Amino acid sequence: MKHLAILAALIAPVSAFADPNPADWDAVKAEAAGQTVYWNAWGGSTTTNDFLAWVGSRVAEDYGVTLEHVKLTDTADAVTRVLAEKQAGEDDDGAIDMIWINGANFAAMKEADLLFGPYAEQLPNWAVVDVAGKTVQTDFTVPTDGYESPWAMAQVVFVHDTADMPNDIGSMAELLEWAQANPGRFSYPQPPDFLGTTFLKQVLVDILPDPSVLSAEVTDDNYAEVTAPLWAYLDELTPNLWREGKAYPATGTAMFPLIADDELDLSISFSPGAASTAIANFELPDTVRTFVLDKGTIGNASFVTIPYNSGSKAGAMVVANFLMSPEAQARAQDPAILGYGTVLDMEAITAEERAVFDGLELGIATLTPAELGTVQAEPHPSWATRLADDWADRYGVSQ
Amino acid sequence: MKTRRLLPILPVLTLLAMLGPVVAGLYGTALPAFGHLPAAGLTGPSLNPFFELFDWAGLPRAVMLSLGVGVGATVIALTIVMLLTAGWSGTRAFRFLECLLSPLLSVPHAAAAFGLAFLITPSGWISRALSPAVTGWDRPPDLLIVQDPLGLTMMAGLVIKEVPFLLLITLAALGQADTTRSMAVAQALGYGRVTGWLKTVFPRVYAQIRLAVYVVLAYSMSVVDVAVILGPNTPPSLSVYIVRLMSDPDLAMRLQGAAAALLQLGLVIGALIIWRIGEVVVAALGLRWIMAGHRGKIDPVVGAFALLASGACAFAVVVGIVVLGVWSFAGFWSFPDFLPDQFTLRNWMRFGPNTLAALGETALIAGCVTLVALVLTIGCLEAEYRHGLTLSQRGMWLLYLPLLVPQTAFLPGLQTLMLNIGADVGRVPVMLAHLVFVLPYVFLSLADPFRAWDARMGTIANALGARPDRVLWAVRLPMLLRPILTAMAVGLSVSVGQYLATLLIGGGRVATLTTEAVALASGGDRRAIGVYGLMQTGAALVPFTLALIVPAIVWRNRKGLRHG
Amino acid sequence: MVKGLTLGNVAISKGGTPLLSLSATVAPGEVLSIMGPSGVGKSTLLAFVTGTLAPVFSASGSVHLDGQDITHTPPHQRRVGILFQDDLLFPHLSVGANLAFGLQVGGTKQERLAKINAALTEVGLEGFANRDPATLSGGQKARVALMRMLLSEPSALLLDEPFSRLDSALRAQVRELVFARASARGLPVLMVTHDAEDAAAAGGEIITLTPIQ
Repeated sequence: MKHLAILAALIAPVSAFADPNPADWDAVKAEAAGQTVYWNAWGGSTTTNDFLAWVGSRVAEDYGVTLEHVKLTDTADAVTRVLAEKQAGEDDDGAIDMIWINGANFAAMKEADLLFGPYAEQLPNWAVVDVAGKTVQTDFTVPTDGYESPWAMAQVVFVHDTADMPNDIGSMAELLEWAQANPGRFSYPQPPDFLGTTFLKQVLVDILPDPSVLSAEVTDDNYAEVTAPLWAYLDELTPNLWREGKAYPATGTAMFPLIADDELDLSISFSPGAASTAIANFELPDTVRTFVLDKGTIGNASFVTIPYNSGSKAGAMVVANFLMSPEAQARAQDPAILGYGTVLDMEAITAEERAVFDGLELGIATLTPAELGTVQAEPHPSWATRLADDWADRYGVSQ
Repeated sequence: MKTRRLLPILPVLTLLAMLGPVVAGLYGTALPAFGHLPAAGLTGPSLNPFFELFDWAGLPRAVMLSLGVGVGATVIALTIVMLLTAGWSGTRAFRFLECLLSPLLSVPHAAAAFGLAFLITPSGWISRALSPAVTGWDRPPDLLIVQDPLGLTMMAGLVIKEVPFLLLITLAALGQADTTRSMAVAQALGYGRVTGWLKTVFPRVYAQIRLAVYVVLAYSMSVVDVAVILGPNTPPSLSVYIVRLMSDPDLAMRLQGAAAALLQLGLVIGALIIWRIGEVVVAALGLRWIMAGHRGKIDPVVGAFALLASGACAFAVVVGIVVLGVWSFAGFWSFPDFLPDQFTLRNWMRFGPNTLAALGETALIAGCVTLVALVLTIGCLEAEYRHGLTLSQRGMWLLYLPLLVPQTAFLPGLQTLMLNIGADVGRVPVMLAHLVFVLPYVFLSLADPFRAWDARMGTIANALGARPDRVLWAVRLPMLLRPILTAMAVGLSVSVGQYLATLLIGGGRVATLTTEAVALASGGDRRAIGVYGLMQTGAALVPFTLALIVPAIVWRNRKGLRHG
Repeated sequence: MVKGLTLGNVAISKGGTPLLSLSATVAPGEVLSIMGPSGVGKSTLLAFVTGTLAPVFSASGSVHLDGQDITHTPPHQRRVGILFQDDLLFPHLSVGANLAFGLQVGGTKQERLAKINAALTEVGLEGFANRDPATLSGGQKARVALMRMLLSEPSALLLDEPFSRLDSALRAQVRELVFARASARGLPVLMVTHDAEDAAAAGGEIITLTPIQ
């Protein structure tokens, strides 16, 4: 195997292609035409899949770029693949051209030099991105440094069926009380699922008197002490979870059918508009509404990134830029389509473009930006990894 | 003349296509398992990957799950099939189940698992049918049925698919055992149907189906897609854990995954050894039972149980597919309504275009793989006929070997190796990986009819001046049209159902109906799962239907081929 | 040149055990009947002559047909026709297509059809060309099988218990037909049978094989 790897390295051309320069946009567009971009993105949500397919048809139309959505069950799969390709010496035309990525995976890839860039802030549409008001230059406290470009804003909301649970809940402490009074009617996705881990962080952020400790990297010294209240909380919550915590939904969207079936009354979502979209698709009853906690909830941006060994970097940049266009952003925000928050600065776009956003019907279950309230910052990604691992040891193997 | 030179190579080529990837994959797994992954700057040998694996708190349960589900599903499926055949072969009820066999077999494991889940969850179709009238439930009860920690539901999901498989193999074996006369003698001596069959026919039949039973055991212990859909997650079964480790961004996890893969291989080998010992024990006990001369007083009860159990298996698959169909057309559908509020084409409009693309990919891969497998198989069998190159009993083991080595043990290693030689992604490597699984099934299903062909037909044709190639093309293959089409249908359905091979070797770039459907499992969108599951079933079912219809049409005026 | 079929010092063994040994000559138009209990290797002898001996057997000796050594000629080039106790009509082909399969290559479509129809007429089966062989009676099938063999213009004819499946009335009739056609074409006929009546009706030399100890 060792010899094979060396052989592969010898055969591979030294540097077959020069990387495109994102600042020279015309050259990028010219190079992009005819390229095929393999976008590796989580494929468990059919609404997202539909949106990605639409993006594909639009970039094919305008730029001659063919977009293929590679549907992942776990974003980590894509990271593994790039890593494996680097080990195998596949430096010029890897299988992956673009990844929908989040905190820990981005941090890992950036750390391991697996990313192309910086490119994000040279893209033409970066000019209309709300750099000041939205967390688009840090990803879970890690600076993006132009190695990933944002395309949607997400924020934790609680989804409840008002037919069974009429009232909102203001804090995680109240949630525990409610769960004890209504056993079996709440659950969260099983960590290390992204949303499941987010739930753990949300608990921690809400019950800690001072969550600022979470913005720094976790240390062996402070981990046990900081997280102790979380485990105490979960020890009380778990027996009152759906299936007594012996099984968990795999993902956030897997909880919607459980609400529709009346198995769950309450769940969480990372997309403020997802509930309205699901109602439109018959996946949720129209009695479902959403709320946020009194102190606010965790929010972050969704990014796309380009692996260092993509053979279609120009095409990927064209797609990344299109994702930040007012056209794509308005469509993503439409609850009938996706219901994702926009990353754009409403002041920076034209009045005509703004009118499209203003004209969107947010949907009966979607909170207005004002109602969404305070966005709490994501903890440093090192917390998420340790929380997920620890959770797996405590609750993931015990039953 | 060309075939004469080519033909003798085909058996070698076939073995290479079947075993090469398995051996290479095991090699590619063994290296990192012992800490040797030079590409990541790690050189072995070291036992650290195993130490880390044994540190995982979930390991004992994951191992027990793999063993328990594998052995349990095999014992249950084998028991049902044996008792059913004992109590009912030759009856009308048995013939009805025989008719259902092909469709039941062709339903991919993933689709059957989804169907079962949609039936038996607390909010499933059975619960809806009985609520609230019988159960009094106006909301689904909080019962842990799917994903139960003991893996009982996963076991059930495997049983409903393995019963038709074992029944098919048993039917083939029955043809070669002299059952009718044995049974006549036993019944004349006052033995009940079931007892008489078990005491006289079972030993012969079991000797014939033994390898297939081992395949079921190895498969059930290492299955991934069914485990993802129906199995527990706290912790998951060992195979699911392996796949998870193999896709962790932390490279060190790959070493641990490889170690777990070797553990899985060891478990399967261990289970097979224990099973073999169990066979000896059962044989000894059986002999005592035979010597005791019991005539079988409870035979009718046992027979009724077997019929009920196999009927339940068939019901679960068939109604499971129906409920997938209902979901695929469902508008809003709340509990405890038996049917959705409204039916809509919206789901099909939404997912249709994507399923068509996946169907195209699925069909292309399955078609090519099956064609290659068919050519190799016919080549091998024809070489056997012309040159006497027969497979010995040991050769049969080689044929079953790719089915006995757990997929999770060699596919990850194969992926690493393919990556290293630059053949990492795309359709062709996936096809080669599929071939490993498709070839044995195509060979097994075609070999018997091919060999059973009356060789005097060949002598006659030769005597009439037809050269060997003409005999093959103009006489043998047309006469064997039905078994050839059936073998093709088997090959296509095996390829359609491949999950792990497509996922790992395709590097996610190759999206078939099965990978798409299992990916959707995590999202829990039942309408999408319904559409994909139905398409997947259709992709496997249509070839079986064609295998029945085409010969019937082609040979509509040929009575001599209507039943052959 | 010696016309007819000659077996020179043919010895067949299975796994080292001798099965049979034989030398014989059959002149054109003559019938040589080989008799003996089952298992003595009668059919194996025919397989040696047709060149389709299974690999488990080993054989020495020679086969000459019309003076030509065909011992190592590929089966399809030997011009040796054979009839079995079963008609072995190709079930996927019509009666006419079965005959066409036997008919030597050459001639226009019309000429070939004419030959096929003539052959059918010769055995009283005119108009049967489009029939499914499975719908024919036993005697009809036997006649088609015979004509299929004759249309391939063989230089010798082998018969492997050819009449044992037919009932006694039909049996004499078919037997007479086969011998008459073979004789008319001047074919040497080698017949194996365990039926003394068949052998007697053939009217030629009879060799009785006994198991080699």
